[in-house]
Amino acid sequence: MPATVVDIESAIAEISDGASVMIGGFGVPGTPFCLLDELLRQGQKGLTLIKNDANENGMGVDHLLLNGQVDKLIASHIGLNSTAIDMMNRGQLEVELCPQGILAERIRNAGAGLFGFLTDIGIDTILAENKPRFEIDGRELLLEQPLRADFALLHAAKADSYGNLTYAAAAQNFNPLMAMAAEHVIAETEFLTQTGALSPEVIHTPAPFVDRLVYLAKLTGDYNVIRR
Amino acid sequence: MIQRVAREIRAGMTVNLGIGLPTRVIDYVDHELPVCLHSENGIAGVGPSIGYDEADRNLIDAGGTYVSTQPGTAFFDSAVSFALVRGGRLDLTVLGAFEVAMNGDLANWIIPGLFTPGVGGGMELAQKARRVVIMMNHCDKKGCSKIVRECSLPLTASACVDRIYTELAVIDILAEGLVLREIAEGTTLEQVLAATEAPLQVPENELPTF
Repeated sequence: MPATVVDIESAIAEISDGASVMIGGFGVPGTPFCLLDELLRQGQKGLTLIKNDANENGMGVDHLLLNGQVDKLIASHIGLNSTAIDMMNRGQLEVELCPQGILAERIRNAGAGLFGFLTDIGIDTILAENKPRFEIDGRELLLEQPLRADFALLHAAKADSYGNLTYAAAAQNFNPLMAMAAEHVIAETEFLTQTGALSPEVIHTPAPFVDRLVYLAKLTGDYNVIRR
Repeated sequence: MIQRVAREIRAGMTVNLGIGLPTRVIDYVDHELPVCLHSENGIAGVGPSIGYDEADRNLIDAGGTYVSTQPGTAFFDSAVSFALVRGGRLDLTVLGAFEVAMNGDLANWIIPGLFTPGVGGGMELAQKARRVVIMMNHCDKKGCSKIVRECSLPLTASACVDRIYTELAVIDILAEGLVLREIAEGTTLEQVLAATEAPLQVPENELPTF
Protein backbone atom coordinates (compact mmCIF):
# COMPACT_ATOMS: atom_id res chain seq x y z
CA MET A 1 0.00 0.00 0.00
CA PRO A 2 1.67 3.25 -1.05
CA ALA A 3 1.90 6.19 1.32
CA THR A 4 -0.46 9.13 1.10
CA VAL A 5 0.99 12.60 0.67
CA VAL A 6 -0.86 14.88 3.08
CA ASP A 7 -0.51 18.32 4.62
CA ILE A 8 1.22 18.57 7.97
CA GLU A 9 -1.91 19.54 9.88
CA SER A 10 -3.92 16.47 8.90
CA ALA A 11 -0.91 14.18 9.34
CA ILE A 12 -0.45 15.21 12.98
CA ALA A 13 -4.22 15.43 13.66
CA GLU A 14 -4.33 11.63 13.54
CA ILE A 15 -2.38 11.54 16.82
CA SER A 16 -4.69 11.45 19.84
CA ASP A 17 -4.12 12.28 23.50
CA GLY A 18 -2.27 9.51 25.33
CA ALA A 19 -0.57 8.16 22.20
CA SER A 20 2.92 6.66 22.16
CA VAL A 21 5.11 8.40 19.62
CA MET A 22 8.55 7.39 18.34
CA ILE A 23 10.66 10.27 17.07
CA GLY A 24 13.66 9.79 14.80
CA GLY A 25 16.91 11.67 15.19
CA PHE A 26 20.16 11.76 17.13
CA GLY A 27 20.69 15.38 18.08
CA VAL A 28 19.61 17.55 15.15
CA PRO A 29 20.23 15.15 12.24
CA GLY A 30 17.13 13.10 11.52
CA THR A 31 14.85 14.89 13.99
CA PRO A 32 11.47 15.82 12.38
CA PHE A 33 11.31 19.33 13.84
CA CYS A 34 8.42 20.47 11.63
CA LEU A 35 6.24 17.51 12.68
CA LEU A 36 7.14 18.21 16.32
CA ASP A 37 6.28 21.90 15.95
CA GLU A 38 2.88 20.93 14.54
CA LEU A 39 2.35 18.50 17.43
CA LEU A 40 3.14 21.41 19.75
CA ARG A 41 0.63 23.65 17.93
CA GLN A 42 -2.14 21.03 18.10
CA GLY A 43 -1.33 20.30 21.74
CA GLN A 44 -2.09 16.58 22.15
CA LYS A 45 -1.45 15.63 25.78
CA GLY A 46 -0.44 12.61 27.86
CA LEU A 47 2.07 11.46 25.26
CA THR A 48 4.74 8.81 25.69
CA LEU A 49 7.74 9.80 23.59
CA ILE A 50 10.43 7.38 22.46
CA LYS A 51 13.55 9.10 21.17
CA ASN A 52 17.28 8.61 21.51
CA ASP A 53 17.65 11.98 23.21
CA ALA A 54 15.48 14.90 24.28
CA ASN A 55 17.03 17.37 21.80
CA GLU A 56 18.58 20.50 23.28
CA ASN A 57 16.81 23.29 25.14
CA GLY A 58 14.67 25.42 22.87
CA MET A 59 14.07 22.89 20.11
CA GLY A 60 11.97 19.86 19.18
CA VAL A 61 11.08 17.67 22.14
CA ASP A 62 11.96 20.47 24.56
CA HIS A 63 8.90 22.50 23.41
CA LEU A 64 6.60 19.52 24.02
CA LEU A 65 8.04 18.99 27.51
CA LEU A 66 7.63 22.64 28.48
CA ASN A 67 4.07 22.64 27.11
CA GLY A 68 3.16 19.77 29.45
CA GLN A 69 2.30 17.37 26.62
CA VAL A 70 4.59 14.53 27.68
CA ASP A 71 3.95 12.05 30.51
CA LYS A 72 6.77 9.66 29.77
CA LEU A 73 10.02 9.69 27.85
CA ILE A 74 12.00 6.61 26.84
CA ALA A 75 15.53 7.61 25.78
CA SER A 76 19.20 6.73 26.05
CA HIS A 77 20.69 10.13 26.86
CA ILE A 78 18.99 13.38 27.91
CA GLY A 79 22.09 15.22 29.12
CA LEU A 80 21.80 18.10 26.64
CA ASN A 81 18.29 19.05 27.77
CA SER A 82 18.07 20.53 31.25
CA THR A 83 14.26 20.74 30.98
CA ALA A 84 14.03 16.95 30.74
CA ILE A 85 16.45 16.42 33.62
CA ASP A 86 14.71 18.97 35.87
CA MET A 87 11.24 17.56 35.13
CA MET A 88 12.53 14.04 35.81
CA ASN A 89 14.09 15.10 39.11
CA ARG A 90 10.90 16.92 40.18
CA GLY A 91 8.78 13.88 39.33
CA GLN A 92 6.89 15.71 36.56
CA LEU A 93 8.15 13.40 33.85
CA GLU A 94 8.59 9.64 33.95
CA VAL A 95 11.88 8.79 32.25
CA GLU A 96 13.03 5.32 31.24
CA LEU A 97 16.72 5.33 30.31
CA CYS A 98 18.01 2.52 28.10
CA PRO A 99 21.50 1.77 26.81
CA GLN A 100 21.53 3.25 23.31
CA GLY A 101 22.10 0.05 21.36
CA ILE A 102 19.49 -1.76 23.45
CA LEU A 103 16.97 1.01 22.74
CA ALA A 104 17.71 0.63 19.02
CA GLU A 105 17.45 -3.15 19.19
CA ARG A 106 14.18 -3.11 21.18
CA ILE A 107 12.67 -0.94 18.46
CA ARG A 108 14.10 -3.10 15.67
CA ASN A 109 12.89 -6.22 17.48
CA ALA A 110 9.31 -4.94 17.64
CA GLY A 111 9.52 -3.82 14.05
CA ALA A 112 10.66 -7.26 12.98
CA GLY A 113 7.62 -8.84 14.66
CA LEU A 114 9.63 -10.45 17.45
CA PHE A 115 8.91 -10.67 21.15
CA GLY A 116 12.12 -9.68 22.89
CA PHE A 117 15.72 -10.79 23.04
CA LEU A 118 18.37 -11.86 25.52
CA THR A 119 21.48 -9.81 26.18
CA ASP A 120 24.28 -9.37 28.69
CA ILE A 121 24.49 -5.60 28.19
CA GLY A 122 24.12 -3.84 31.53
CA ILE A 123 23.77 -7.08 33.46
CA ASP A 124 25.98 -5.93 36.36
CA THR A 125 24.40 -2.48 36.56
CA ILE A 126 21.40 -0.72 38.08
CA LEU A 127 19.71 -0.80 34.66
CA ALA A 128 19.32 -4.57 35.06
CA GLU A 129 17.04 -4.18 38.07
CA ASN A 130 13.59 -5.68 37.49
CA LYS A 131 14.54 -7.24 34.17
CA PRO A 132 13.77 -10.98 33.94
CA ARG A 133 16.89 -13.17 33.87
CA PHE A 134 17.40 -16.39 31.95
CA GLU A 135 20.27 -18.81 31.96
CA ILE A 136 21.30 -20.09 28.52
CA ASP A 137 24.21 -22.54 28.25
CA GLY A 138 25.36 -21.55 31.73
CA ARG A 139 25.34 -17.85 30.97
CA GLU A 140 23.05 -15.42 32.75
CA LEU A 141 21.23 -13.02 30.42
CA LEU A 142 18.62 -10.27 30.62
CA LEU A 143 15.35 -10.29 28.75
CA GLU A 144 14.79 -7.05 26.85
CA GLN A 145 11.24 -6.34 25.74
CA PRO A 146 10.29 -5.09 22.28
CA LEU A 147 9.28 -1.45 21.97
CA ARG A 148 6.32 -0.58 19.75
CA ALA A 149 4.48 2.72 19.39
CA ASP A 150 1.23 4.04 18.00
CA PHE A 151 3.05 6.55 15.79
CA ALA A 152 6.50 7.16 14.38
CA LEU A 153 7.58 10.62 13.24
CA LEU A 154 10.51 10.52 10.84
CA HIS A 155 12.67 12.94 8.90
CA ALA A 156 13.78 11.88 5.42
CA ALA A 157 16.11 13.70 3.03
CA LYS A 158 14.28 12.36 -0.01
CA ALA A 159 11.09 10.44 -0.64
CA ASP A 160 9.19 9.38 -3.70
CA SER A 161 5.44 9.75 -3.59
CA TYR A 162 5.14 5.97 -3.23
CA GLY A 163 6.67 6.33 0.28
CA ASN A 164 10.23 5.12 -0.27
CA LEU A 165 12.64 7.07 1.95
CA THR A 166 16.32 7.91 2.04
CA TYR A 167 18.18 9.67 4.82
CA ALA A 168 21.19 11.99 4.63
CA ALA A 169 24.54 11.24 6.28
CA ALA A 170 24.18 10.69 10.05
CA ALA A 171 20.44 11.52 9.91
CA GLN A 172 19.68 7.84 9.45
CA ASN A 173 20.20 6.79 13.10
CA PHE A 174 16.85 5.66 14.62
CA ASN A 175 14.64 6.62 11.65
CA PRO A 176 14.71 3.33 9.67
CA LEU A 177 14.16 1.32 12.89
CA MET A 178 11.20 3.39 14.04
CA ALA A 179 9.72 3.18 10.54
CA MET A 180 9.25 -0.54 11.22
CA ALA A 181 7.97 -0.36 14.78
CA ALA A 182 4.89 1.88 14.79
CA GLU A 183 1.28 1.29 13.80
CA HIS A 184 1.19 4.53 11.87
CA VAL A 185 4.29 6.05 10.29
CA ILE A 186 4.48 9.73 9.31
CA ALA A 187 7.58 10.95 7.47
CA GLU A 188 8.44 14.53 6.64
CA THR A 189 10.75 14.93 3.66
CA GLU A 190 12.92 17.70 2.25
CA PHE A 191 12.53 16.48 -1.34
CA LEU A 192 9.55 14.70 -2.82
CA THR A 193 9.95 13.05 -6.22
CA GLN A 194 7.67 11.08 -8.48
CA THR A 195 7.43 7.37 -7.86
CA GLY A 196 10.32 5.70 -9.61
CA ALA A 197 12.65 8.69 -9.49
CA LEU A 198 14.71 7.21 -6.65
CA SER A 199 16.98 4.30 -7.54
CA PRO A 200 15.71 1.10 -5.87
CA GLU A 201 19.27 0.49 -4.69
CA VAL A 202 19.48 3.57 -2.50
CA ILE A 203 16.19 3.21 -0.57
CA HIS A 204 16.74 3.03 3.20
CA THR A 205 13.09 2.60 4.23
CA PRO A 206 10.84 0.83 1.73
CA ALA A 207 7.38 2.27 1.08
CA PRO A 208 5.31 -0.49 2.74
CA PHE A 209 6.44 0.84 6.13
CA VAL A 210 5.31 4.42 5.46
CA ASP A 211 1.70 5.63 5.84
CA ARG A 212 1.86 9.41 5.45
CA LEU A 213 4.30 11.74 3.72
CA VAL A 214 4.58 15.43 4.47
CA TYR A 215 6.59 17.53 2.03
CA LEU A 216 8.51 20.36 3.65
CA ALA A 217 8.64 23.30 1.25
CA LYS A 218 10.83 25.13 3.76
CA LEU A 219 12.92 24.07 6.74
CA THR A 220 12.90 25.95 10.04
CA GLY A 221 16.06 27.24 11.71
CA ASP A 222 16.16 24.18 13.98
CA TYR A 223 17.62 22.13 11.13
CA ASN A 224 20.61 24.43 10.73
CA VAL A 225 24.16 23.93 11.94
CA ILE A 226 24.28 24.84 15.64
CA ARG A 227 27.02 27.39 16.34
CA ARG A 228 27.90 26.86 19.99
CA MET B 1 48.76 12.23 28.33
CA ILE B 2 46.77 12.58 25.09
CA GLN B 3 49.89 11.98 23.03
CA ARG B 4 50.63 8.85 25.03
CA VAL B 5 47.07 7.53 24.59
CA ALA B 6 47.36 8.17 20.83
CA ARG B 7 50.01 5.42 20.70
CA GLU B 8 47.25 2.93 21.58
CA ILE B 9 45.86 3.40 18.09
CA ARG B 10 47.49 1.12 15.54
CA ALA B 11 47.08 0.65 11.80
CA GLY B 12 43.95 -1.24 10.81
CA MET B 13 42.06 -0.74 14.06
CA THR B 14 38.38 0.18 14.36
CA VAL B 15 38.20 2.62 17.27
CA ASN B 16 35.53 4.50 19.23
CA LEU B 17 36.65 7.59 21.11
CA GLY B 18 34.37 8.66 23.96
CA ILE B 19 32.88 12.12 24.31
CA GLY B 20 35.16 14.85 25.69
CA LEU B 21 38.92 14.51 26.04
CA PRO B 22 39.11 11.07 24.34
CA THR B 23 37.75 12.61 21.12
CA ARG B 24 40.93 14.69 20.88
CA VAL B 25 43.19 11.64 20.81
CA ILE B 26 42.78 11.36 17.03
CA ASP B 27 44.47 14.76 16.61
CA TYR B 28 47.68 13.11 17.79
CA VAL B 29 47.46 10.08 15.50
CA ASP B 30 49.47 10.11 12.26
CA HIS B 31 47.04 11.05 9.47
CA GLU B 32 48.60 8.43 7.18
CA LEU B 33 47.72 5.63 9.59
CA PRO B 34 44.75 3.63 8.28
CA VAL B 35 42.34 3.81 11.24
CA CYS B 36 38.56 3.49 11.13
CA LEU B 37 36.85 5.72 13.68
CA HIS B 38 33.38 4.59 14.72
CA SER B 39 30.71 6.90 16.07
CA GLU B 40 27.60 5.57 17.84
CA ASN B 41 25.21 7.65 15.74
CA GLY B 42 25.97 5.54 12.70
CA ILE B 43 29.33 6.36 11.13
CA ALA B 44 32.37 4.20 10.37
CA GLY B 45 35.32 6.11 9.01
CA VAL B 46 34.63 9.43 10.71
CA GLY B 47 36.64 12.19 9.02
CA PRO B 48 38.26 15.19 10.71
CA SER B 49 36.12 17.71 12.59
CA ILE B 50 35.12 20.72 10.53
CA GLY B 51 34.27 24.42 11.09
CA TYR B 52 30.69 25.72 11.19
CA ASP B 53 30.95 27.39 7.79
CA GLU B 54 31.90 24.16 6.02
CA ALA B 55 29.78 21.87 8.21
CA ASP B 56 27.08 19.56 6.85
CA ARG B 57 24.03 19.99 9.14
CA ASN B 58 23.40 16.23 8.90
CA LEU B 59 26.89 15.15 9.82
CA ILE B 60 27.82 15.17 13.51
CA ASP B 61 29.56 12.58 15.64
CA ALA B 62 27.94 11.19 18.79
CA GLY B 63 29.35 14.08 20.81
CA GLY B 64 27.66 16.65 18.56
CA THR B 65 30.86 17.80 16.85
CA TYR B 66 30.52 18.54 13.13
CA VAL B 67 32.74 16.08 11.27
CA SER B 68 33.58 15.28 7.67
CA THR B 69 33.72 12.20 5.49
CA GLN B 70 36.87 10.65 4.05
CA PRO B 71 37.50 7.90 1.52
CA GLY B 72 35.80 4.81 2.95
CA THR B 73 33.24 6.50 5.21
CA ALA B 74 29.99 4.59 5.70
CA PHE B 75 26.67 5.64 7.26
CA PHE B 76 24.20 3.23 8.85
CA ASP B 77 21.38 3.05 11.38
CA SER B 78 21.69 2.76 15.16
CA ALA B 79 21.00 -0.99 15.25
CA VAL B 80 23.84 -1.65 12.80
CA SER B 81 26.04 0.75 14.77
CA PHE B 82 25.66 -1.27 17.96
CA ALA B 83 25.82 -4.61 16.14
CA LEU B 84 29.32 -3.46 15.22
CA VAL B 85 30.07 -2.89 18.91
CA ARG B 86 28.35 -5.93 20.45
CA GLY B 87 29.48 -8.18 17.61
CA GLY B 88 33.12 -7.69 18.52
CA ARG B 89 34.24 -5.51 15.59
CA LEU B 90 35.45 -2.65 17.77
CA ASP B 91 39.15 -3.12 18.52
CA LEU B 92 39.51 -0.28 21.00
CA THR B 93 37.52 2.28 22.92
CA VAL B 94 38.94 5.21 24.86
CA LEU B 95 36.62 6.48 27.61
CA GLY B 96 36.63 8.88 30.54
CA ALA B 97 35.81 7.74 34.08
CA PHE B 98 34.64 8.87 37.51
CA GLU B 99 36.10 5.75 39.15
CA VAL B 100 37.98 2.65 38.08
CA ALA B 101 38.32 -0.24 40.52
CA MET B 102 41.32 -2.55 40.87
CA ASN B 103 39.38 -5.39 39.19
CA GLY B 104 38.56 -3.23 36.15
CA ASP B 105 35.06 -2.16 37.19
CA LEU B 106 34.16 1.15 35.53
CA ALA B 107 31.84 3.92 36.79
CA ASN B 108 31.46 6.75 34.30
CA TRP B 109 27.79 7.48 33.63
CA ILE B 110 25.86 8.54 36.71
CA ILE B 111 26.33 10.36 40.00
CA PRO B 112 22.97 9.76 41.69
CA GLY B 113 21.21 13.02 42.48
CA LEU B 114 23.84 15.14 40.72
CA PHE B 115 24.51 13.90 37.21
CA THR B 116 21.83 11.75 35.62
CA PRO B 117 21.97 12.17 31.83
CA GLY B 118 21.54 8.50 30.88
CA VAL B 119 24.19 6.08 29.71
CA GLY B 120 24.02 6.60 25.95
CA GLY B 121 26.17 3.92 24.34
CA GLY B 122 28.61 3.71 27.26
CA MET B 123 27.62 0.29 28.54
CA GLU B 124 27.93 -1.39 25.16
CA LEU B 125 31.31 0.24 24.52
CA ALA B 126 32.72 -0.64 27.94
CA GLN B 127 31.39 -4.19 27.88
CA LYS B 128 32.08 -5.17 24.29
CA ALA B 129 35.07 -3.30 22.84
CA ARG B 130 38.00 -5.72 22.58
CA ARG B 131 40.20 -3.30 24.50
CA VAL B 132 38.97 -0.63 26.91
CA VAL B 133 41.34 2.12 27.97
CA ILE B 134 40.49 4.97 30.30
CA MET B 135 41.95 8.44 30.24
CA MET B 136 41.19 10.57 33.28
CA ASN B 137 42.62 12.69 36.04
CA HIS B 138 44.26 10.52 38.66
CA CYS B 139 42.26 12.23 41.44
CA ASP B 140 38.93 14.07 41.53
CA LYS B 141 38.51 17.78 42.29
CA LYS B 142 38.59 17.10 46.03
CA GLY B 143 41.88 15.24 45.67
CA CYS B 144 40.39 11.78 46.20
CA SER B 145 41.86 8.95 44.15
CA LYS B 146 39.73 7.79 41.23
CA ILE B 147 41.60 4.48 41.16
CA VAL B 148 39.84 2.64 43.97
CA ARG B 149 39.50 -0.75 45.61
CA GLU B 150 35.80 -0.82 44.84
CA CYS B 151 33.62 1.67 42.94
CA SER B 152 31.22 3.66 45.11
CA LEU B 153 29.21 4.90 42.10
CA PRO B 154 26.85 2.75 40.01
CA LEU B 155 28.80 0.72 37.45
CA THR B 156 28.87 1.16 33.70
CA ALA B 157 30.29 -2.34 33.33
CA SER B 158 32.16 -4.75 35.56
CA ALA B 159 35.76 -5.90 35.06
CA CYS B 160 36.04 -4.24 31.66
CA VAL B 161 39.00 -1.85 31.84
CA ASP B 162 42.36 -3.01 30.44
CA ARG B 163 44.48 0.09 31.04
CA ILE B 164 44.29 3.51 32.73
CA TYR B 165 46.08 6.65 31.54
CA THR B 166 46.31 9.59 33.92
CA GLU B 167 48.45 12.71 34.08
CA LEU B 168 50.68 10.79 36.52
CA ALA B 169 50.93 7.24 35.26
CA VAL B 170 50.01 4.39 32.92
CA ILE B 171 48.51 1.47 34.84
CA ASP B 172 47.48 -1.94 33.52
CA ILE B 173 44.67 -3.96 35.06
CA LEU B 174 45.62 -7.61 35.08
CA ALA B 175 44.15 -10.68 36.76
CA GLU B 176 46.59 -10.14 39.64
CA GLY B 177 45.58 -6.49 40.07
CA LEU B 178 46.94 -3.07 39.14
CA VAL B 179 50.44 -2.91 37.69
CA LEU B 180 52.30 0.36 37.19
CA ARG B 181 53.75 0.50 33.65
CA GLU B 182 54.90 4.07 33.03
CA ILE B 183 55.26 7.26 34.97
CA ALA B 184 54.85 10.85 33.78
CA GLU B 185 57.97 12.92 33.38
CA GLY B 186 58.64 14.92 36.54
CA THR B 187 56.44 12.65 38.66
CA THR B 188 57.86 10.50 41.45
CA LEU B 189 56.82 6.97 42.33
CA GLU B 190 55.82 8.23 45.77
CA GLN B 191 53.41 10.75 44.21
CA VAL B 192 51.77 8.02 42.15
CA LEU B 193 51.44 5.67 45.12
CA ALA B 194 50.04 8.44 47.33
CA ALA B 195 47.44 9.33 44.70
CA THR B 196 46.31 5.73 44.18
CA GLU B 197 43.86 4.31 46.71
CA ALA B 198 43.97 0.76 45.37
CA PRO B 199 47.06 -1.42 45.84
CA LEU B 200 49.50 -0.86 42.99
CA GLN B 201 52.22 -3.32 42.01
CA VAL B 202 55.48 -1.70 41.00
CA PRO B 203 57.86 -3.70 38.77
CA GLU B 204 61.48 -3.92 39.91
CA ASN B 205 62.94 -2.64 36.65
CA GLU B 206 63.17 1.07 35.95
CA LEU B 207 59.87 2.53 34.74
CA PRO B 208 59.69 4.25 31.36
CA THR B 209 58.46 7.85 31.40
CA PHE B 210 56.01 9.56 29.05
